[in-house]
Amino acid sequence: MNLQGTPRQVGDITIVDLSGRITLGDGSVVLREILNELTHGGHLKIILNLEDVDYIDSSGIGELVSAYATSQAGNGELKLLNLTRRVHDLLQITKLYTVFDIYSDERSALAGFR
Amino acid sequence: MPSEPKRIEVTLETVLDSVDLAESIVMRVAEAAGFDEEDLHKIGMSVREGVINAYNYGNQQDRGRKLFLKVELEEKRMVIRIIDQGAGFDMGEVPDPLAEENLMRTSGRGLFLMKSFMDEFTVQRGPTGGAELVMSKNYPDKVAPKN
Repeated sequence: MNLQGTPRQVGDITIVDLSGRITLGDGSVVLREILNELTHGGHLKIILNLEDVDYIDSSGIGELVSAYATSQAGNGELKLLNLTRRVHDLLQITKLYTVFDIYSDERSALAGFR
Repeated sequence: MPSEPKRIEVTLETVLDSVDLAESIVMRVAEAAGFDEEDLHKIGMSVREGVINAYNYGNQQDRGRKLFLKVELEEKRMVIRIIDQGAGFDMGEVPDPLAEENLMRTSGRGLFLMKSFMDEFTVQRGPTGGAELVMSKNYPDKVAPKN
């Protein structure tokens, strides 16, 4: 299933509800476009809700890393929410679990912003 | 258990769609061979990563080159080979994606994932000089491919 993302606003924080696969090609491109649009629109506080994303390949991981680095460089903050077990395991084995700011419930993720 | 190994060989174009196609071919074979859902996920992802590697780094996205996918059901394991027509590479020269200085790199994790997800993974020189990725997964206990 192609990746779909629906942004919603909670105060000055944007939560993007993602569903589908983040893989080389369409999935990675969709994620990049969503994040570019948000960044250019001045949205600096972003939560990616990955509850309905059960498949990320190495390109998708690269896209998340790129998004995180871009966000940091632009004084923004990017957090990940509701990882599925497979995505959780993938970030664990790639040692990225400690790099990203990861939450398992929305309230904590929202409270995690400065 | 088959009396002799079963083998499938497919020649793929160097296009992005070959990633999905290769994954779907191998998944069908793996499912018929009796792998459980968790192993199917790992096998499918490893094939994707292998073909992405061959497409991007081996064949350099050159549509004039081909990719070769071979799947063999041996007595105790499934063996998958992904061969490109690039220049080949040495695994020892590939940066470790888990090293602190590489953690924030946006690429370079595909080989690591294949190694992590499969029971065996090696890179050797293919028949035309490109890379040949060889990966295998042992069948779950008490399961062997049907005749």
